Amino acid sequence: MPKLYSGAEIVFKCMEDQNVEHIFGYPGGAVLPIYDELQNFKSIKHILVRHEQGAGHAAEGYARSSGKPGVVLVTSGPGATNVVTALTDAYMDSIPLVCISGQVPTHLIGTDAFQECDTTGITRPCTKHNWLVKDINDLANIIHKAFEVATTGRPGPVLVDIPKDIQFQKTIYKKPLKKPKTNGKSHNYFKQDNIDQLIDLMSKSSKPIFYTGGGVINSGPKASELLKELVYATGFPITSTLQGLGSFPGDDNQFLGMLGMHGTYEANNAMHDCDLMINIGARFDDRITGKLDEFSPKSKKVHIDIDPSSINKNVKVDLAIVGDVKSVLSLTLNKLKKNKSKFLKSNKQKTSKWWEKIQKWRSIKSLDYIASEETIKPQFAIERLYELTKDKDSYITTEVGQHQMWAAQHYKFNKPNRWMTSGGLGTMGYGLPAAVGVQVAHPKKLVIDIAGEASVLMTLQEMSTAVQYSLPIKIFILNNEYMGMVRQWQELLHDKNYSESYTAALPDFVKLAEAYNCVGIRAKRPEELDDKIIEMLNTDKPVIFDCMVDKVENCFPMIPSGKPHNQMILGPKDQENKKITGKGKSLV
Amino acid sequence: MPNSKSAYSLSNLKEKLDTHIIVVWVDNESGVLARVVGLFSGRGYNIESLAVAQVDEKLNISRITIVTTGTPQVVNQIKLQLKKLVPVHKVADFKREDKAVIFKEMALFKLVGTQSKLTSAIKACKKYNPIVLDTTDKSNVIQVTALRREIDKMSKDLKKYGLVSVSRTGAVAMTRGADTFK
Repeated sequence: MPKLYSGAEIVFKCMEDQNVEHIFGYPGGAVLPIYDELQNFKSIKHILVRHEQGAGHAAEGYARSSGKPGVVLVTSGPGATNVVTALTDAYMDSIPLVCISGQVPTHLIGTDAFQECDTTGITRPCTKHNWLVKDINDLANIIHKAFEVATTGRPGPVLVDIPKDIQFQKTIYKKPLKKPKTNGKSHNYFKQDNIDQLIDLMSKSSKPIFYTGGGVINSGPKASELLKELVYATGFPITSTLQGLGSFPGDDNQFLGMLGMHGTYEANNAMHDCDLMINIGARFDDRITGKLDEFSPKSKKVHIDIDPSSINKNVKVDLAIVGDVKSVLSLTLNKLKKNKSKFLKSNKQKTSKWWEKIQKWRSIKSLDYIASEETIKPQFAIERLYELTKDKDSYITTEVGQHQMWAAQHYKFNKPNRWMTSGGLGTMGYGLPAAVGVQVAHPKKLVIDIAGEASVLMTLQEMSTAVQYSLPIKIFILNNEYMGMVRQWQELLHDKNYSESYTAALPDFVKLAEAYNCVGIRAKRPEELDDKIIEMLNTDKPVIFDCMVDKVENCFPMIPSGKPHNQMILGPKDQENKKITGKGKSLV
Repeated sequence: MPNSKSAYSLSNLKEKLDTHIIVVWVDNESGVLARVVGLFSGRGYNIESLAVAQVDEKLNISRITIVTTGTPQVVNQIKLQLKKLVPVHKVADFKREDKAVIFKEMALFKLVGTQSKLTSAIKACKKYNPIVLDTTDKSNVIQVTALRREIDKMSKDLKKYGLVSVSRTGAVAMTRGADTFK
């Protein structure tokens, strides 16, 4: 007679076999049997959060920085509804999450029982798939399948809803199948012919550009290595989406910076004027394309993506290559080396005019700003933070808003999995719990949440989690007392009607840090900034850094809504028709 | 800044709407219909008709036939999204005017009136193989199998013969010839 395990035990047996080391969760009535078993599975460490949304974002940060799926454990009803924002966030940004939720006992489902909600109904549109377990004999297979669905193809969140009576029932445990079948939904669909066409297009192009996204990061570190090799081999310029930052070194000369609404002048103009656009693992998001019918009008477009439904969704492309970035890049490189070694040399001459044009755009220095000796400019704060941390292999998370864009513009990432930000959903409050998750995955590394004072207040309770587990995360708040991006749109688009975008009664962040039993540091003037940042870096505890910045600084450059890429608004100097002199960096 | 105060670009594309019949083979499990239908409702698309039933008891497969109207891009997107759903096995998409596919709907008509009116009603349906399922002195229930627009027309025409109630199914579809949809 094989050993019988309870449903709760099976949950952990599955996690053991899936190599889960950390779960982020919050107990409650409908998951107590599972929490009972926690102590019997020593290889799995539970991180107790302060709010289920925090558990979800922490698991996202964990997943993004480690490449492993993040695991969340929550109770029924409010536990499940609180995690919905994080599931949606993970769905939009393709982050593998496995969420286990408790449910009221099977016989009470549909009776409006205490802490009951239709969890699978609520999470259906924000997960890749979800399951309500109604038979204990299905439980092990469902959980194994859940890990498979979350991590294969285009990654994403899944949810398994387990009624409390199922957690008590007993059955035999089934191990996962050795070779998980992909169910035909995550294979590479491209043919060798597609690669040949790509190489043909590349050899004919005189104004090419690589436009890369989070798909490169999701394909694993090897994909970033191959991307680097391909970009160096071809000599083509490369730009990246917000999510793709780090897949190619940010300080390399071939890198044009981020593109899109707050992307650089050179990246957006190159996208607009190119004759060949090679999209690798990006999805033509509306923050990237601007006005769709004037998006890169003269180019042939190639789209490499693992998700067939991403192809032709927003922008019609000339060549679609459906497959994993890593496989596509590796085949392309092999083919190039074998058949086109001449092309690789001659090509650099062919694109030399293109590079001259790009250098002209570059000379505009679109990220420059007017420096100040009186107040800390937010861009200056990020630049200093970068300069003082760039040798440390640091991990950066952000909240959502101006600070996020400034971080993307001014912090240079050289490796994948170092940059965790909420792009698709744009979730304020993402960064702090994400930093908790990143620090759990990388206990010895420097983890900084570049935050805004409005965003950080949405999930600030997770400081308590950081203190409990001695996670020395650094919360670097660019405090301008405004919801900065809202204020900026109101200034530029809504006739300076600053409706409800000012927070009048902010807490004292230094005292708040002390209340959480971590360290608070405040910087008010540009000349003290470096010393204070160094003080933060030397503190082996969680830190809340209150960086008081210019209150009305706007984030430029910017593509106004409904405009194409080549009609950007540059910074304030440009608006006054003054030549940008580069003096903006005089303080650096 | 002219016009748009929105953070999103405005759409000025006007695309042609087509009627599509989408056939989906799915695992017959709870929630699967909601997953399929959610892809339509999530995009603000109305489903014109829907037919669903188990077609393979052993493999536990249901066949869903959906009639909907949309721009080519959106219909294509829905199709690709359908293929990504875990319980979906295959997806077929036909245009209503496709000659290689047979479409049929069934309708039940209840008529109340004099004998002469009831007889005229059956005559009026003659083209569509009417079957009288129930009959009394004053009433008839007639079953018809036909195309959507034919049933639409009959529902109108039968009013003068005492039509009091109509019940109709969604369309079901099958390819002509020996081939099946792979």
